[in-house]
Amino acid sequence: MIKVKGLTKEFIRKGRDGKMTAKKAVDDLSFEIAQGEIFGLLGPNGAGKTTTIRMLTMQTRKTSGDIQYNGISIEKNEKAIKAMIGVVPQHINFDMDLTVGQNMELHGRLHHMDKQQRQKRIQELLHYIELEDTVNMSPRQLSGGMKRRLLIARALIHKPQILFMDEPTVALDPQVRHRIWDLIREMAAQGVTVLLTTHYIEEAEKLCNRVAIINKGKLVDIDTPASFCQQMGRYTVEWQTEEGRQFKFFDSKEEAAGFAATLDSSHIRRSNLEDVFIELTGRREGI
Amino acid sequence: MLWQDIWTVFWRDWVVLRRRLKKFIFSRMVAPLLYMVAFGWGLGRSIQVTGGSYLDFLVPGILALNSMNISFNSVTPVHSERIYHKSLEEYIIAPVIPEAFVIGKVLAAVLRGLISSAIILFLAGLFGAQLQLSALFLLVLVLNCIIFSEIGFFAAMTISTYEEMGQVNTYILLPMSFLCGTFFSVHTLPDLVRYAIQMLPLTHTSYLLRGIALSQPVALTSVIVLILYALLFFGMARWAYLRLTK
Repeated sequence: MIKVKGLTKEFIRKGRDGKMTAKKAVDDLSFEIAQGEIFGLLGPNGAGKTTTIRMLTMQTRKTSGDIQYNGISIEKNEKAIKAMIGVVPQHINFDMDLTVGQNMELHGRLHHMDKQQRQKRIQELLHYIELEDTVNMSPRQLSGGMKRRLLIARALIHKPQILFMDEPTVALDPQVRHRIWDLIREMAAQGVTVLLTTHYIEEAEKLCNRVAIINKGKLVDIDTPASFCQQMGRYTVEWQTEEGRQFKFFDSKEEAAGFAATLDSSHIRRSNLEDVFIELTGRREGI
Repeated sequence: MLWQDIWTVFWRDWVVLRRRLKKFIFSRMVAPLLYMVAFGWGLGRSIQVTGGSYLDFLVPGILALNSMNISFNSVTPVHSERIYHKSLEEYIIAPVIPEAFVIGKVLAAVLRGLISSAIILFLAGLFGAQLQLSALFLLVLVLNCIIFSEIGFFAAMTISTYEEMGQVNTYILLPMSFLCGTFFSVHTLPDLVRYAIQMLPLTHTSYLLRGIALSQPVALTSVIVLILYALLFFGMARWAYLRLTK
């Protein structure tokens, strides 16, 4: 459904010395996402996740490469593609001069929905996210979790087939995070394709069917969270040295226990996506 | 679709204006009221201009500079929508025609400019000004609002800080407010300065509004100049909006 090939974004910036320098924020990224899939872009801060989403949603022009939705390149039918996608941005970007209901209505109008359709859908969605009572309130009056839920509801007004979510649970408490995960799962169950970026390993592991790990703009690997862990070794022995925390991966618990017995103090546990991430990117940032 | 998109963009600004309409009207009365008291009653009683009262001469100038300021400043909140609130992204990701966004914002600014002009005309009537109004007078006012809202849009889309936005007011609008035939005729200025000032759009607006209001003959070339300015700045505003996704 979504096909990305050789996607590259180069920013040209003027340095303090007045010289122009080019920096690749995204470098030759390729992947495909099937309909109804929850696909995660996992990477440390500055890996190029947001730039990738901005190019996929036509907020930023790509330098090179190709993006296709259902076989159509974005250059060929930008308007039709915009009509089929929904975007949940990383930052809260409501129009603060409008009420919650007016923000929702503006979105419906921008997607050419008629009045009846709009009103029905806004009521439906506000009920779905349990915020019916906020319709005449200013977005300023809502809590962080409420605003995040409202961002998701707003993106769903025009019934998009594909939903892009940029760090949908950033800075939220665990309770609200789990509520948003449930919302995402429900949407995917209804056939909506979800592409989300995150730097929370747990989020990628629990939510995503497949994960692409990116680092410094480049694709490191794509697989399911379970396969990633299997490739690495299902068990991890973790121990502390003067250089810091050390890890070693094993296919069986017996092998792991055998190795652990040679150490003074260690801990055996099941491998997780965080281990894979550190192994592949060599970075702990954002985790 | 173009009209539907224009209406959506306009609708958003209309919702905001409707909620603040009383505040908007009262705040727009202060500056023209002061101009008319100071220059119309105070200073104006001792001055005769081209055989008429200074108040009659002054009101078209105040209309020109006020509609310029109001229409420019009506669009500049787009700057914070772009930089700080990032609410402009809602329009960029939607299947909205870029031209519709520019036109919708400009039309909302024209509406504010015209409401403000109507307030001035009402106050001028109370102060005893006698002006001839016509369809051409309205057209010139609308063109003036269009031009300066487009300049405001361009500035809001290209300037990166609040401070620099303020500098546009200080270095461009403020000098034009005083020099473009608003308070006195540009014919009294030295030739070189006069030629430069006569190229500016506000000079043409002041000249046209005053000529029409005082039933004097006016050169329609000034109307054409205003139309050309409106087209030029529309192109620049559109370019600045499209540049956001580069």
